[in-house]
Amino acid sequence: MKAWILLLSLLSACGITQERLDQGKRIAFERNKGNCLACHAIADGESPGTIGPALSAVASRFENKRQLRAFIFDASQFNPETSMPPFGKNKILSEAELDQVVDYLWQLP
Amino acid sequence: MPLTIPLNKTLYLALLALLWVLPSHAGPRQDQTGLRHYYQQLFPQLTLADYRNGVYTIDTVARESWQAIEEFPPYEPAIEQGEILFNGAFANGRRYADCFPDPGIAHRYPQWDKTRGEVLTLPVAINDCRFANRESPLSYQHSDMLKLQAFMAYRSRGKAIDTTVPEDDPHALAAYQQGQDFYYRRRGQLNFACATCHIQNAGKKIRSETLSALLGHTANWPVYRLKWGELGSLHRRFAECLEQIRAQPLPEQSVELRDLEYFLGFIGQGIPVSGPSVRK
Ligand code: HEC
Ligand code: HEC
Repeated sequence: MKAWILLLSLLSACGITQERLDQGKRIAFERNKGNCLACHAIADGESPGTIGPALSAVASRFENKRQLRAFIFDASQFNPETSMPPFGKNKILSEAELDQVVDYLWQLP
Repeated sequence: MPLTIPLNKTLYLALLALLWVLPSHAGPRQDQTGLRHYYQQLFPQLTLADYRNGVYTIDTVARESWQAIEEFPPYEPAIEQGEILFNGAFANGRRYADCFPDPGIAHRYPQWDKTRGEVLTLPVAINDCRFANRESPLSYQHSDMLKLQAFMAYRSRGKAIDTTVPEDDPHALAAYQQGQDFYYRRRGQLNFACATCHIQNAGKKIRSETLSALLGHTANWPVYRLKWGELGSLHRRFAECLEQIRAQPLPEQSVELRDLEYFLGFIGQGIPVSGPSVRK
């Protein structure tokens, strides 16, 4: 059973193409999409804002992608006074776009 | 909470700071003291009067290019034309000067109008004068409306904002509280409150723009914005901030926006008028 799950997750990890990561990055960077740079420093991002922490080694701060996704979906669930917009809850990003952003963030060094 | 959310130092400090920031409904004077105390901790080097120059008080890099523009200010012709309008005669032979013997009264607005039971702003007062003289009102975007304000603000420069909330009038307090409530309420698709940006994150950068403190937000109007390429009003700026967070716009001089201005005016009481001014 365990091996089966491991195999599945390996497969899905391999399933993430460079193209998909680039898409995730584009969604995170674009002003009328995620516009994450308004608040976060991210590698390669020009003139980022300083409202949120730098998004590096994000994977080390969350137990799994699901939790990272939940945070981006609605940060106010975890901190009622957060300055971060609820990207999923308020449909600023679509479900598919959220997944792409999560995949992109997860592999950031 | 299923998640181990990193309660990092920044977040902890932000939460601490919030204790100062949340509206207390303890009363206008307490709000004013609390907010000033909060900003003083954030920007210990600034005096109250420094806030008249908005974000350029905080962002020293942006200040330099701003000062260069202020040396040959693009609003100068508007002041001159505003003076001509101010002294020109209405059809009945009277003029603005009959309503406003001293044009230098911008620091008195916004103000509580006891007889009407609502907040009176300078643009509304200008239209009141027109009405009293059987002239049709000017739209709040009309360039004459803005030029008149530019001239009056110019004559008020350096005078301390004099917005008060009379303690003997519960309606004035209610209007102030409506404005305060508007300021702290989250809205729009991005779910921001005005306070999220101008209180909680004042001094931080949103992309490459530094966020100003709310102190002094009524001091510097009207503004020649390079982005607009023309003179514009405080309520137009409100509209732009609302648009940025994808919230419902509100018409200039609506009750909601006048109450909002009233809240800002009172918190900034004592700050010298610096209008008209230039902004990016
Ligand atoms: C307007 C500000 C703002 C924007 C825009 C924003 N964030 Fe955030 N973000 C924050 C703040 C502030 C925090 C710190 C935690 C908190 O206050 O809730 C944060 C925290 C995070 C965290 C947790 C990081 C950690 O180590 O604590 C992640 C992940 C994150 N943001 C991802 C994103 C992504 C992805 C986007 C764009 C799709 C985005 N953020 C857009 C303000 C913002
Ligand atoms: C997402 C961030 C954000 C939110 C939310 C926001 N603002 Fe702003 N606001 C800005 C930025 C950026 C500027 C331009 C830089 C500056 O002066 O702070 C600005 C400028 C202003 C100015 C002009 C200051 C000056 O000196 O010219 C006023 C007034 C203002 N905002 C009021 C408001 C009000 C009222 C609200 C709520 C309805 C609001 N803002 C919400 C980001 C925001």
